[in-house]
Amino acid sequence: VTPSLGSYLIVSAILFVIGLTGVMLRRSPLVLLLSLEVMLNSANLSLVAFSRYHGGQDGQVFALIVMGVAAAEVVVGLGLIVAMERRRLLLDTDELVELQG
Amino acid sequence: VGSVVFFLASGAAIATALGVVLQRNPFVSAICLIGHLASLATLYILLQADFVAAAQVIVYAGAVMVMFLFVIAYIGPRAEVERGGTAWQAVAAVIAGALILVEVALVFGRTAFDTPASPPAGFGSPQKLGEVLLTTYVGAFEIVSLLLLIGAIAAVVLGAGPRPSRVVDERGRRVQAARRAAEARAEETVP
Repeated sequence: VTPSLGSYLIVSAILFVIGLTGVMLRRSPLVLLLSLEVMLNSANLSLVAFSRYHGGQDGQVFALIVMGVAAAEVVVGLGLIVAMERRRLLLDTDELVELQG
Repeated sequence: VGSVVFFLASGAAIATALGVVLQRNPFVSAICLIGHLASLATLYILLQADFVAAAQVIVYAGAVMVMFLFVIAYIGPRAEVERGGTAWQAVAAVIAGALILVEVALVFGRTAFDTPASPPAGFGSPQKLGEVLLTTYVGAFEIVSLLLLIGAIAAVVLGAGPRPSRVVDERGRRVQAARRAAEARAEETVP
């Protein structure tokens, strides 16, 4: 017996909400990025689940492209964190409220 | 068998996601995320998306997470700086999350999904995915490769910028003093 589409979607929704709560709760930019990854992956799970139950490959292609975009996002985010570290700024999103070069 | 694997993998995915969000130490959070990605890969195999599962483990759990761990190791204990916010903010965040979950559950409960069609032969194989990726979605494929190139350039620009002289904290001041002392010593010895 294979699990239904609805059960995959429920798991995906739970994971998305966990990631979203992490983005709202945490203040370290590193953990913020990690929580964003959880959110992106929950969206990927529902895409792949829809793809399986629809019988087309389109959802899987979409999931692969999301992975590529997530990799680019992580590279830029980690680059910003390293730049902040080199400038000896406090790694706290509550402190980083102004854009400065 | 499918249901048992589904419950085990989704339970592990939810537990490790909670670990990512709740752990104080970012290093442990990152390790939890690797476990999370692995359990999602199990779910993808269950959904017959073999290639996506392989890409998930190799690209995500492998390459991307190694980059995360490198940066966390580079920053060191400073990465753990985390002041607890006010309590009402935390409560509001959890309530907002729960409301969104209820909302999504209501939508799912009222939607009638079709019974699953059995997928065609070769579903989720690299060959089939490659065909679709390089015909129907070739535009998106090219844009993602351009995006990754721009991301790589951005990382180099951000990471290799000049060291600014502005010193904010105690450790930076000590590093600068040590460097100035070293330079002074070097000047003394050269002539």
